[in-house]
Amino acid sequence: MQAFEYASPTTLKEALSLLGERWGEVDVLAGGTDLLSLMKDYVHTPKRVVNIKGIAELGGIRRTPAGLRIGATVTLDELLASPVVRTEYPSLWTAADGVRSPQIRNMGTVGGDLCQRPRCWYFRLGYGLLAQKDGTSLVVNGENKYHAIFGGGPAYFVSASSLGPALVALGAKVRLASASGARELSVEEFFVIPKSDAEREIALRPNEILTEILVPPATGVRNATYEVRHKEALDWPLATASVTLRMKGATVESARVVMGHVAPIPWVAREAERLLAGKTITEEVAEQAGKAAVAGARPLSQNGYKVRLAQVAVKRALLAAARGKA
Amino acid sequence: MTHAITVTINGKPYAHQVEPRLLLIHYLRDVVGLTGPHIGCETSICGACTVMVDGKAVKACTMFAVQADGRQILTIEGLATDGRYDPVQEAFWNEHALQCGFCTPGMILAAKQLLERNPNPTEEEIRHGLEGNLCRCTGYQHIVNAVRAAAARMGG
Ligand SMILES: Cc1cc2nc3c(=O)[nH]c(=O)nc-3n(C[C@H](O)[C@H](O)[C@H](O)COP(=O)(O)OP(=O)(O)OC[C@H]3O[C@@H](n4cnc5c(N)ncnc54)[C@H](O)[C@@H]3O)c2cc1C
Ligand code: FES
Ligand code: FES
Repeated sequence: MQAFEYASPTTLKEALSLLGERWGEVDVLAGGTDLLSLMKDYVHTPKRVVNIKGIAELGGIRRTPAGLRIGATVTLDELLASPVVRTEYPSLWTAADGVRSPQIRNMGTVGGDLCQRPRCWYFRLGYGLLAQKDGTSLVVNGENKYHAIFGGGPAYFVSASSLGPALVALGAKVRLASASGARELSVEEFFVIPKSDAEREIALRPNEILTEILVPPATGVRNATYEVRHKEALDWPLATASVTLRMKGATVESARVVMGHVAPIPWVAREAERLLAGKTITEEVAEQAGKAAVAGARPLSQNGYKVRLAQVAVKRALLAAARGKA
Repeated sequence: MTHAITVTINGKPYAHQVEPRLLLIHYLRDVVGLTGPHIGCETSICGACTVMVDGKAVKACTMFAVQADGRQILTIEGLATDGRYDPVQEAFWNEHALQCGFCTPGMILAAKQLLERNPNPTEEEIRHGLEGNLCRCTGYQHIVNAVRAAAARMGG
């Protein structure tokens, strides 16, 4: 690993003053569960690393009139221990519980989960986000078993964050602070599909720190996540679905249906959302919504199997949400 | 540039100057001389390097020594008290939960964390709690038996 300068500020202001104007100069360190891997592989070679775990104001989970405020450095383990998250946001709880191994959940943070870099093996081998060599995609003609089935390129990696789809479906926002102020974005806007290797897969700027996540109150909504995994250990899911249903009695007033690990961003299934409005969730309706959700999928040479998995994930997430309480 | 860190390891205080890129596992093994925590993969998969930091099981290959500044660390060497094995260690011995022993230090600390949080786990919960630790020898069944035995012994 390349040597770097290390800072562990105790205030946000100080931390922000240590960030760079361009990517590649400075990296923020939270739990380090992803950053250390990136640095060991020389995918990231920062000159300075700023540890934000010593900044008290970035921690803690708090209920506010506007909903739940989750500090960026709250660990996945702390998130899982929150009774509010467990009972009112089962969709988020299930996604966090899916992150593999207690050791990673003890160190990994909520902010870090949203900012983690893609696991695409071409990216991790240093070919950049678009994974191109001499202008052609290594993914399209290569090993693309775990790549995107939505989005249509030129980026084919899948967003690695399991919390992302759950937070998009819940209508959450992130707060991003820089030395010149703070801005709020919906989690949906936070994830972006890069068009070039110079861009990032998230809207965060190099001089910003994600400070908190704001999840609207769960009153009147039901939510659930369903994950499909290859095995029960140490890997990211193959496909997931997170759903939030705003209910009027037994009828769905409006629905959010978001699939994970199938596109470079959490993928919103608008056709499924439209189909669900005004319906009661039955096995048949859930099945139709699953089909609608994947109707636009464009799998690559090796990942056609993911279409079916995503379809089933949507169906099962809907049935789980319908069984839950509003 | 090096950084001054102070850590308490197995109850004893230590102070060292370390380079920021020094991994906690290398600090423990090469600087402090505690070779109980092993290095299997060094990529946060196998769990052989598991230690407790402030009571939480973490993978010491995926943490910088500087991140441990001011914290309490427990390694496998610190688990026995007054020369007596911890019940989890004893159960691993009794139930033949190790063969080559490479995974054992990490496995025992992960099991300890599991039992602290869930004193009477089901087989499924034991397997879920140990998913961050790989064993290439035992096939896991004896490890599950050992965790069960430790739970019974500890009155869970
Ligand atoms: C074996 C294994 C299995 C995993 N399985 C899953 C899974 O199933 N689903 C899933 O979602 N994740 C999974 N993960 C990923 C894990 O959830 C992330 O590594 C973790 O959440 C990252 O958090 P961290 O605090 O350690 O981030 P770090 O490693 O500290 O940081 C990650 C990146 O985010 C940036 N960053 C972190 N926090 C901030 C902030 N507040 N502001 C600005 N930038 C920031 C860092 O600069 C860095 O680029 C897995 C990881 C491992 C090792
Ligand atoms: S050596 Fe740390 S997890 Fe394998
Ligand atoms: S006993 Fe050999 S790896 Fe577990």
